[in-house]
Formats: sequence, structure tokens, C-alpha cells
Amino acid sequence: MTAAPKTAALTIEGLRVSIGGHDVLHGVDLTLEAGRVHGLAGESGSGKTMTGLAVLGLLPHGSRVSGRIAFGGRDLLEMPARELNEVRGAKIAMVFQDPATSLHPMLTVERQLTEHMRHHLGVGRKEARERAAGLLAKVRIPGPEEALKRYPHQFSGGMRQRIAIAVALACEPEVLIADEPTTALDVTVQAGILRLLRGLCDDLGLAVLLVTHDLGVMSAVADEVSVMKDGLVVETGPRGRVLREPSHPYTRSLLDALPVPPAEESR
Amino acid sequence: MTAPLLSVEDLVVEHRTPGRPVVRAVAGASLHVAAGEVVGLVGESGCGKSTLARAVCGLHGAASGRILVGGRPVTPLGLRRRDPALTGVQMVFQDPYSSLNPRRRVGAQIADGLRTAGDSATSPADLLERVGLPRDFAGRYPHEFSGGQRQRVAIARALAARPSLLIGDEPISALDASAQAQVARLMRDLAVESGAGLLFISHDLSVVRLIADRIAVMYLGKVVETGPTAEVWADPRHPYTRALLAAIPSPDGAGVLPAELPGDVPDPADPPAGCRFHPRCPLVMDVCREKEPDFGPVACWLHAPEPSSAS
Ligand SMILES: Nc1ncnc2c1ncn2[C@@H]1O[C@H](COP(=O)(O)OP(=O)(O)OP(=O)(O)O)[C@@H](O)[C@H]1O
Ligand SMILES: Nc1ncnc2c1ncn2[C@@H]1O[C@H](COP(=O)(O)OP(=O)(O)OP(=O)(O)O)[C@@H](O)[C@H]1O
Ligand code: SF4
Ligand SMILES: [Mg+2]
Ligand SMILES: [Mg+2]
Repeated sequence: MTAAPKTAALTIEGLRVSIGGHDVLHGVDLTLEAGRVHGLAGESGSGKTMTGLAVLGLLPHGSRVSGRIAFGGRDLLEMPARELNEVRGAKIAMVFQDPATSLHPMLTVERQLTEHMRHHLGVGRKEARERAAGLLAKVRIPGPEEALKRYPHQFSGGMRQRIAIAVALACEPEVLIADEPTTALDVTVQAGILRLLRGLCDDLGLAVLLVTHDLGVMSAVADEVSVMKDGLVVETGPRGRVLREPSHPYTRSLLDALPVPPAEESR
Repeated sequence: MTAPLLSVEDLVVEHRTPGRPVVRAVAGASLHVAAGEVVGLVGESGCGKSTLARAVCGLHGAASGRILVGGRPVTPLGLRRRDPALTGVQMVFQDPYSSLNPRRRVGAQIADGLRTAGDSATSPADLLERVGLPRDFAGRYPHEFSGGQRQRVAIARALAARPSLLIGDEPISALDASAQAQVARLMRDLAVESGAGLLFISHDLSVVRLIADRIAVMYLGKVVETGPTAEVWADPRHPYTRALLAAIPSPDGAGVLPAELPGDVPDPADPPAGCRFHPRCPLVMDVCREKEPDFGPVACWLHAPEPSSAS
């Protein structure tokens, strides 16, 4: 298809996770490429969030992990906690499904945005502040300067999610794991965020794992699409093929569940 | 005509934070839900949907206007311990953690609801099953669920209390497409069968279209268009409603980014004069900048009601 060589930014191979003796991932394989959006859909409870958490080393206590997560020539699962801490936040960032998980309730938006920047990028207070306001404007928070001084609970659910996206982007990561980042947003703001994500991939070569159950969102931005069910990836392929000619019955059932658009009803 | 189950009349709700401008999150919104009716409330993120819903539950006081549930005015919680008007109201919150106590097993929390309704025939496991979860999940704590599973638990808990008015604030946003359709229909069926009303807040317009009898579109604190769902869908009249429907991404595999609404998301602490949508409206006229279109069902100068159609 494209002439440009593809670079694997992050490769997940045979990822297995069990929590409290209960298997939740049964050998997940996924490849993220620089400059591409990899969409991940799947049944509720199929293990999409756990896959993202495993990449960041944030699985719940008492989880057992095996397999391989290759990033920059290293296996993240083997990496000592201190090194993993450096990678997480600076090189690999995550936006959580629930913005309450991404944001600290007691810290101002400014602190949350600038802390990582100052630590990982070594920028000064003033520059960090300017960058922070710029990021808020990018994710379309009204009155960014004023917003910096506020706390998360003073924003609406969708605005909190946009702030969480800004926090994730603060350190200019190479890989972004976005878990249902636009579910809490209305479609017009969602359109803005999708364009932002697409732009970051195209211009900066960001590799994105986009977890979403919205097949419209998938169709709009994903280059590759994978579908999970019961802790396994059951189908993976280019967007056009998976959404138009799915090979797995579960993918088909998802597409069949979609309400019929009016134009087709009248045919 | 019987009084609607829920009437929100010219409601104004303000958020006050010391040292900051007052945020008028709901700025004169009106809305009605009849018994057995499902009303979908949609609108831009931050336009005041959750604030309105929380005011209906007595969690925010009204600065002006009023809220009637079953004909009785709602007073904010805390003034009286439990407002009698609110006994039949249940809300599923946008953040499912707010609907659930993190330290109690979900089965016990659902059992509380069943007790409120005086229902001794149904068990918590039955309700979990109805929302599509395994019966033995009753013994788990909220953090042991995936995002979508937690939302189902919150719905089961709300349904257990047999509310006469159920408010769902993005109640199924984390479910996959097939589960959304199924749980949304379940909420609709349970509400309609028992003669309850359902106010359903969602960003997912395809789900709203599936279950709502009527739709109310909100922009920056006001309801700007209301109408039967099919009519609004077939012929959206307010320019904001049109922009909203045009931004729904299509699952056709074509890789087309949906249209963005141009202009900045306005700050509710400093709303534009005249029509609140005018800085972003492609059809803006002179009158829009000066006078607020303060009428329904479509609050837009292009759709002003006939001067006198009184007959
Ligand atoms: N702390 C936990 N203890 C035990 N099981 C858990 C825990 N957290 C999640 N699980 C289980 O792990 C499985 C995978 O969960 P995960 O959150 O990855 O699902 P998901 O695909 O993200 O679903 P959703 O679309 O609903 O968010 C689920 O069956 C869930 O019940
Ligand atoms: N506790 C608060 N203090 C100050 N401002 C608040 C508070 N809660 C909400 N707001 C502001 O009120 C406005 C409306 O918020 P609300 O949560 O009602 O929006 P919403 O329509 O539910 O949005 P979303 O779709 O993103 O959930 C927003 O501008 C928000 O920043
Ligand atoms: S009143 Fe004017 S600015 Fe407002 S929506 Fe209608 S045409 Fe647009
Ligand atoms: Mg999840
Ligand atoms: Mg809300």
C-alpha cells in the first residue's frame, strides 16, 4: 500500500495476564507503528483496558503477566521498576477510560500538566506554564489561562477527559494508549479530538493504540483495526477490510448491531 | 392533560467558586418528561446536561426557575434530609464510581435498592443477569469490574429501586455497540412498562435515536431545540442541531474525519450576547448578535414562532 517503510514502535507478543488466579488475557498480539493509529474494539470485559495497563506496568496488584512487550529494543515486562517509571509518562502515555483515574483530584490543572514536563523535559516554570496553556487550547478548553488554576471537579466530564488528553501529550510521547478517549465527548468535540490525534500521528509520528467501541470513530481515524473477545485478539487487519468484510463472527455481530442510517432505510 | 412527571421550567443553576466568576451552567432551560416517556438530552460537552440532571436530583440548588417532580417542587438536599418529591427519582451518574460505594460489595448495594422498593421477590443476582452480567458478580467490589461492567452494575442498582423517574447520565457510554443497543432498550422497556419516565443523557446520538421518544438539544445552558426524535432527525432546524448530526462519524471504513464545529467552545462564565450560538453559526444574521431567541421549540431567529396563531 504505502511506499514508506513501517516502523514498529511497540510490539506486544503472547501477552497473558491473570488476576487472582482468573485469566483475563490469553496471549494477545498487537503491533503499533509510528505515525499510525491502531484501533482496538471488542466486547466489554474482553481485556482492552488490561492490555493498555500491562504496557504501562500498571496492572492491579496480584496480577501475573507473561509474554513480551518490545519497545525501543527492550522488553518492558523485564524492565526494572525505576526505568519503567522513566519510560511511562515520558515516552509512553495513557489516557484512561475514566478521567477520574488520569487526574489527581487535589491538584490544579496547571500542576498536573507542568509537573511531568518539568521533570521529563527539564523546562522551566514559565515555559511549562505557557506550554500547558497551549495544550489546553489544543484540546479546546475554553479560557485556558483561567482553566489552569482550577481543579478537576470544576469541569464537566468531557472537559476532564480533554484535560487528561492534554496531560498525556504534555511530554510529547512516542506512544499514546488512549482508552475510550472520546466516549465522554459530544460528536463535535470528538471530531476535534480525532483530528488532533490524526494530526499528531501524521506530523509527529506518534503511534496510537485507540481503544474504542464506536465503530464510527474507528472508521474515521484507525489505520489498522483489531477486535478482542474473551482475552484474545480475534481479528486484525486494515480498517477498510475489517469494517467492510469482517472475517470473525463477533466483528460481524458488532457491525450488524449498528442502527441503520436513514439513507439506507429508505432503499 | 395530566401534569408531566418532570417539569423543568426556566431553570438557572450556577456554580460558585470563591475568587472566580460565577459559572451559569444552566441558564434558563426548560424541559418536560411525561410518565412512560423517554426523553434524550444531548448537547456539547460542558453545556450543562449533568448540572441539570443533578439539580433534578436535588444535588444542586436552583438560582431561579423551578423543578417539579410529580407536581411537587424539588428542594436541594441538605435543607431537608430527603425531599419527599425525590423518593421516586434514581440517577445513574456519568462516572459510575459516583453511583457506587467503593467499599461495599455490589450485591449489597443492589439489595439496598430492592429494599427501598419493598421488593423481596427479586435478588441482586437476578438484576445483574438482566443487565447482562454473571450472577456471581454480586460478590465483587466496584473496582473489580471493567468500565462497561461497572456501568451495568450502576444501572442494576438504580433499576432495583423501581424509580418513577430514572435519569441516566451517559449510563452506557463504555459498552460496545451491541451491548449498548441491548442495555438502552432494557432501560427503555423497564421505564415504559412500569409507567416511569426516563431522561437519557448521551453523546451517542445513534443510541438516543434508538430509544428516545423526544429529544432535547442543549447548547451553553439552554435547550435550543426539542421535538419528536424522528422529526428532529429527519429535519434538524437549529443550526447547532445540524452541526451535531453532521459530526456523527460513519462506520463505513472509509477513513473520513467528521466535520468539526468551527470556533471556540464558549465559556459559560462569559456567554456571547444575543443568540449564544452566534459566534459559531454559519447562518448568523444581525438580529442574532443583539437579541436572544427566547422561544421554543427551536430557539433560533430563523424559526421564530408565527406572531399570532392563537385560535
Ligand atoms: N481488579 C480486578 N480483579 C479481578 N478481575 C478484574 C479486575 N479488573 C478487571 N477485571 C476483569 O478483567 C477482565 C478484563 O477487563 P478490562 O477492564 O480489560 O475489560 P475491557 O475490555 O476494557 O472492557 P470495557 O470495554 O468494559 O472497559 C474483565 O472480565 C474484568 O471483570
Ligand atoms: N463544581 C463545579 N464548579 C465550577 N464549575 C463547574 C462545576 N461543575 C461543572 N462546572 C462547569 O459547569 C459547566 C457545565 O458542566 P456539566 O458537567 O453540567 O456539563 P455537561 O453538559 O454534563 O458536559 P459533559 O457532556 O462534558 O459531561 C461546565 O462549564 C463546567 O466547567
Ligand atoms: S439565532 Fe441566528 S445565530 Fe442563533 S442559531 Fe439562529 S441563525 Fe444562528
Ligand atoms: Mg475498559
Ligand atoms: Mg456531564
